[in-house]
Amino acid sequence: MTALISVKNVSKSFPGVKALQDVQFELQAGEVHALMGENGAGKSTLMKILAGVYTKDSGEVLLDGKPVDIQSPAHAQALAIGIIHQELFLMSHLTAAQNIFLGREPKGRMGLFLDEDTLNRDTQALFDRMNLALAPQTRIGDLTVARQQMVEIAKALSHKSRILIMDEPTAALNNAEIEELFRIIRQLKSEGVGIVYISHKMDEIQRIADRITVMRDGRYINTVPAQTPMAEIIAMMVGRTLEHSEKTVPDTAANEVLLDVRHLNRGRAIRDVSFTVRRGEILGFAGLMGAGRTEVARAVFGADPLDSGEVWVHGKRIALRTPRDAVQAGIGYLSEDRKHFGLATGMDVESNITLPSLSRWLKGGVFLNQPAIHDISQQMVDKLRIKTPSLTQVSRLLSGGNQQKVVIAKWLVQDCDVLIFDEPTRGIDVGAKSEIYKLVNDLAAQGKAIIVISSELPEVLHLSHRILVMCEGRITGDVSGLAATQESLMALATRRDTEAAPA
Amino acid sequence: MSQDNHKTSLMTKLSGGQAKQKLLAFASLIALILIFTALKPEAFMTQDNIIGILQSTTVIGVLAIASTFIIITSGIDLSVGVLMTFCAVMGGVFLVNWGLPLPLGVLGAVVVGALTGCVSGLAITRLKVPPFIATLGMMMLLKGLSLIITGARPIYFNDVEGFDQIALGSLIGDIFPALSIPNGVLIMFAVAIVCAVILNRTALGRYTFALGSNEEAVRLSGVDVDRWKVIIYTFAGGICGIAGLLIASRLNSAQPALGQGYELDAIAAVVIGGTSLSGGVGTILGTIIGAFIMSVLINGLRIMSVAQEWQMVLTGLIIILAVYTDNLRRAKK
Repeated sequence: MTALISVKNVSKSFPGVKALQDVQFELQAGEVHALMGENGAGKSTLMKILAGVYTKDSGEVLLDGKPVDIQSPAHAQALAIGIIHQELFLMSHLTAAQNIFLGREPKGRMGLFLDEDTLNRDTQALFDRMNLALAPQTRIGDLTVARQQMVEIAKALSHKSRILIMDEPTAALNNAEIEELFRIIRQLKSEGVGIVYISHKMDEIQRIADRITVMRDGRYINTVPAQTPMAEIIAMMVGRTLEHSEKTVPDTAANEVLLDVRHLNRGRAIRDVSFTVRRGEILGFAGLMGAGRTEVARAVFGADPLDSGEVWVHGKRIALRTPRDAVQAGIGYLSEDRKHFGLATGMDVESNITLPSLSRWLKGGVFLNQPAIHDISQQMVDKLRIKTPSLTQVSRLLSGGNQQKVVIAKWLVQDCDVLIFDEPTRGIDVGAKSEIYKLVNDLAAQGKAIIVISSELPEVLHLSHRILVMCEGRITGDVSGLAATQESLMALATRRDTEAAPA
Repeated sequence: MSQDNHKTSLMTKLSGGQAKQKLLAFASLIALILIFTALKPEAFMTQDNIIGILQSTTVIGVLAIASTFIIITSGIDLSVGVLMTFCAVMGGVFLVNWGLPLPLGVLGAVVVGALTGCVSGLAITRLKVPPFIATLGMMMLLKGLSLIITGARPIYFNDVEGFDQIALGSLIGDIFPALSIPNGVLIMFAVAIVCAVILNRTALGRYTFALGSNEEAVRLSGVDVDRWKVIIYTFAGGICGIAGLLIASRLNSAQPALGQGYELDAIAAVVIGGTSLSGGVGTILGTIIGAFIMSVLINGLRIMSVAQEWQMVLTGLIIILAVYTDNLRRAKK
């Protein structure tokens, strides 16, 4: 039987990175094929090539046995390849039907006016096919994320897609919603649609997938039946044995508690979260996307308001109204999204390094003390080995790793004792990663209290002295960094409300 | 290395790190001057005409400097023109109606400008009204207030000794009679130099750029974003007060109906000078060049007897062209 789609020896490079090397992948009609691998393994790159977002450098993509060269997202659509992205791209002020047929609205009389009746009727037909009870006239903004996802699937089907790529489709869904998604996936499967299913959740994959392809570091590793034991699949994903042996966890139990967070609450996002971090300790936060880790970090930093809860630093309670309060208490936050929340990318390196602490670098309280700004920035550039042609280089032009170091530098200059790293190595290449890891360890050794939030389990395991696991806004586990394994963390990260035993 | 590095850093800091854009703007200015000189040498390149161009640039130049600060924060201030008039009117109230001494009246007008800017800043930060709307409201409100205070009649400064000398007198002319550059021009350049230093060498300037570059990152750096915004709007308001004094002095009167439309000329000068409306980028030198490009163009076209309607058409085209070339330059990077 000819495969629906077949990828052979595909490679793709970005400046400085080989994202894919000789990758292969095959999808049969009526098959759910899971694609697994750590972040950065190349799953998304491969799928974006199929969806026409990127073009391949070399290799072959065969559709029904015939070679195709997918040029653009529109081309992919025309070839019946649909993709459901992790973030949904719907217009919340339009109805479900209007979203599904955006840009292809049926025209009524004289081709001038939109034919809303046909629009809604066609949409209803799609929903019926999916067995989905949803009125086409519902505004997207009034729907839950799960329902919005269904609309995205309907949209892909409206393009007569025979290949559907789903990127972490259950990241934001609860159990009942996942059941409904699976029902729809099975329905599509029976109609011969091939589905590529990207997910980190083992239990789900074993329930819904037929085969699993594992990728690692941009290479194809193996394709196995979905019944393959979990441990075997993880071993393929991780490949190398993690350097647990090298890791030493210092005894920080007697150290001063630098950060003490008590009973934080905000809506459904943060539910009764309490923890402490001691001087010299690296506390890891593991969990799935949307588990509430970033929300906790932002709340501790005063960036988002809280319903209730207390934050104590150095044994003193701080009033958390704005980030300013947190910074003055000595908390620094390194956002997962450097470009939006970390750096003023249009400004130069030294301006960014001295931004939080600018009041210390003034003459007479008014004029910038340029030599002092220059000296402290140079010290940081040397100390953190920031690779930049000069201190006046616009920070947008630095690499991801060096941008991250600039953000670290700005908090070090501000003398922060508590540093919160949110996804510290996102978008940073492998070489720079280990440098960032070393820095984090050094900072802890110097007596900082450090929180590391990461979606990459190996990263959490590698760095943390102690690990908190979150699921659905609450802490579901508190484990030693030495005892934890990927499996034990994953089990805790998927411990949902309904099945939650007291942690 | 560090010493060299430091020197280049100062150089680029003072020029705002955008030497190229200003070269382009400056080259356009020179080109305009050369074209008009070639076409009408006898009328354009005369001392009177050059002083006329300088004089006519002062008010827009100073308003454009105020706008530069606001626009670099990625805000906008539509009230600068009317605020200028309001400050002129208040100057009239202080000096003519109340009979305050000249220095106090002058200071009063600037303080009124600063306070009004502060109100705009508070509306933007506390009431969370977008700058466009907040300053649009202030523009209407101030225009009304100017008319109410004056009863829609101009206030004349005939009895205030020395008031007209603020803009029209010539300190330089007193020393070098051959070079009678009016004080208004000196004031504009003085304001420009002081503001360039503030923009590039003080915390106020640093935060002005930072807010325009990435306001959320600045907030997450623990900076009191709202406070700095209010300070910047207050500062810009004070500069509008200076513009108000300049125009009142030149006309020897406060004309309450004047001022609307000046804000758009000011914004045009800022944009021609290479400041980005999306914020984070801009220089005072560029703005001054932009203001001169506008006034040289208008002056030259008038000398060539181009009808006023066509002057407007050409000015409009120049603004679009200036921003287009700026985009091209950016795209090339």
